[in-house]
Amino acid sequence: MKSTPRKPSRRATNGHSPQGNDGESNRWNLRLYVAGQTPRSLTAFKNLKDICEEYLKGQYHIEVIDLMENPTLARGDQILAIPTLVRKLPQPIRKIIGDLSNTERVLVGLDIQPR
Amino acid sequence: MTTNSRRPRSKPTALQKERTGISGFDEITRGGVPHGRPTLICGSAGAGKTLFAMEFLVRGATQFNEPGVFISFEESSEELATNVASLNFDLNELVAEKKLALDYVFIERSEIEETGEYDLEGLFLRLDHAIRSIGARRIVLDTLEALFSALPNEAIIRAELRRLFRWLKEKDLTAVITCERGNGTLTRYGLEEYVADCVILLDNRVENQISTRRMRIVKYRGTSHGTNEYPFFIDERGFSVLPITSLGLFHKAPTERISSGVSRLDTMLSGEGFYRGSSILVSGTAGTGKSTLAAHFVEAACSRGERTLYFAFEESQDQIIRNMRAVGIDLERFVKRGLLKFHNSRPSAFGLEVHLAMIHKAITDVQPSVVVVDPITNFLAVGDTIETKAMLTRLIDFLKTNQITAMFTSLTSAQSEIEDSEVGVSSLMDAWLLVKSIEANGERNRGLYVLKARGIAHSNQVREFILTDHGIELIDAYIGSDGVLMGSARSGQIARERAAELDRQLVTAHKQRELRRKQELYEAQLAALKGQYETERDAILRDLDEEKKRIEVIAVQRSEIARLRQADNSGNNNVKIQDNGAKKARKGTVR
Repeated sequence: MKSTPRKPSRRATNGHSPQGNDGESNRWNLRLYVAGQTPRSLTAFKNLKDICEEYLKGQYHIEVIDLMENPTLARGDQILAIPTLVRKLPQPIRKIIGDLSNTERVLVGLDIQPR
Repeated sequence: MTTNSRRPRSKPTALQKERTGISGFDEITRGGVPHGRPTLICGSAGAGKTLFAMEFLVRGATQFNEPGVFISFEESSEELATNVASLNFDLNELVAEKKLALDYVFIERSEIEETGEYDLEGLFLRLDHAIRSIGARRIVLDTLEALFSALPNEAIIRAELRRLFRWLKEKDLTAVITCERGNGTLTRYGLEEYVADCVILLDNRVENQISTRRMRIVKYRGTSHGTNEYPFFIDERGFSVLPITSLGLFHKAPTERISSGVSRLDTMLSGEGFYRGSSILVSGTAGTGKSTLAAHFVEAACSRGERTLYFAFEESQDQIIRNMRAVGIDLERFVKRGLLKFHNSRPSAFGLEVHLAMIHKAITDVQPSVVVVDPITNFLAVGDTIETKAMLTRLIDFLKTNQITAMFTSLTSAQSEIEDSEVGVSSLMDAWLLVKSIEANGERNRGLYVLKARGIAHSNQVREFILTDHGIELIDAYIGSDGVLMGSARSGQIARERAAELDRQLVTAHKQRELRRKQELYEAQLAALKGQYETERDAILRDLDEEKKRIEVIAVQRSEIARLRQADNSGNNNVKIQDNGAKKARKGTVR
């Protein structure tokens, strides 16, 4: 987590950059909404990253949106809770709120694991 | 709330209020909603919460130059704009002018999975952004409780709501929060716990199949407010709350008098008619001409150039105009000139309160100086006597406060006592005309009484009341030993009286003639007696004269004898005295 630069408001993080960037990495398009650098958002990002690395290696793309800087973006995905993870792809859209500390629930929420 | 009390800003002076611009609401709250604080509007579905909230913002934006944010949890911005377009609120224009911001917060529970801790900072950011974008002074959160169904963790929501209200106060925003009414509680999720400053309850009750909207201020911390339930209605101009429960007896009493439209009736009212601003009750059984009296009153008012409002609860405008034309009252010309306005509705169309509200509003719009309500008894179809009386009391108070002269007609049933006005409002009225139909000798006749007229020396007489093709005519009814006679009985009685009068006149003439005859007779007798007396007197006087001459002769003879005998003159004195007496007697008769 520490290694991740956080300056830009929108920030794409691919799984393993050397591996297939195209096609595969866009299969899971995830968007994490945060509001400033709160410990909770940092935890959420770390948890997400860990889960993705473990279950979706090479197939995901994470976009982090800081609503403090771009409050208008909250409207598009109807964000209320912070942090919120939105699965843009694959369809349908799913939302997971919270700091993603419960890995099992995250997997269920993302439909990686059957309910 | 604790944060609030700690804030030095809210400590001093009295509570500052923010005018909503909603008609009537600012009156009952004496100034509007609390400034810089949240106000809770609760009510069941369809009570008008969203509309109230929206009007609060629209009026704020258009009348008080206070931009507002509408955060909707239930309807999209487009839906909202469409819904309130019927009230002539153009949301899109206000949005374009940056006087209004709409944000639709939509949460689909099925899409959401919860893992671990979170807060509602996203919502705060959205609010903050919307507020900043237009510099909002007002905010509406329409059914904030949607959060409870949208998010699984109630503890978090409650904590966040508390934070939200504090945050709104810190931003000095005047907020209106709508809430669904719970079962036996004000709100389903107990939001009144957080918003303790001002709680307003909207209600839509159905009684006798008629629904009436009502509003009540459940709580308004730090200020006095009306505590009653106030009826309100929603029409094309938005919300109208009616502060009409505020009863008072502080109205002025004008001394100006206005004609009743029937000159003979004015005569009965000491020649000048009713006081301006008074309330007049015309009660009577069916078909006694109450509406016609009212029409005369209207005609008189319109002829003076005064605006008149006619509330008809039985007939349509055309019907009234046609019927009144039949008795020679042309109301149509006043309608065309805009002096007369009709307001026709079925009593059962709305609840009492709404009727009152409508009347209120129509009067406020038209500003008439004369109002006719025909008839008030029909309200009994909607409410019971107590309710109707309460409603009429308020109406009369309102009319008096505005110095509007009002005529109410009231239908009494044929069985009941004449003084028994069904609605029991007679005590509220200043003047009471009673039109009674009197049945006798196989016909029905109308009698009109002035039962009371406060402050007017009114006639105590019954007048017969006749509807002609040129309006109402009042005729003296016959009151005699046979009771009150009217119609053909009255004309029969008058004919009989005329005959009797004629008889009496004949008798008098006869007696006068007899008197004259007697006088002549006695005068003749007097003359005869006088003649006889004079004859007798002459005879007596003649006798006396002869006697005198005889005495003189005797005296002459005596003196001759005495001379012959040479005696003295004493005998002559006696003769002179006798002569004087005769002269006196003659004088007496001449006189």
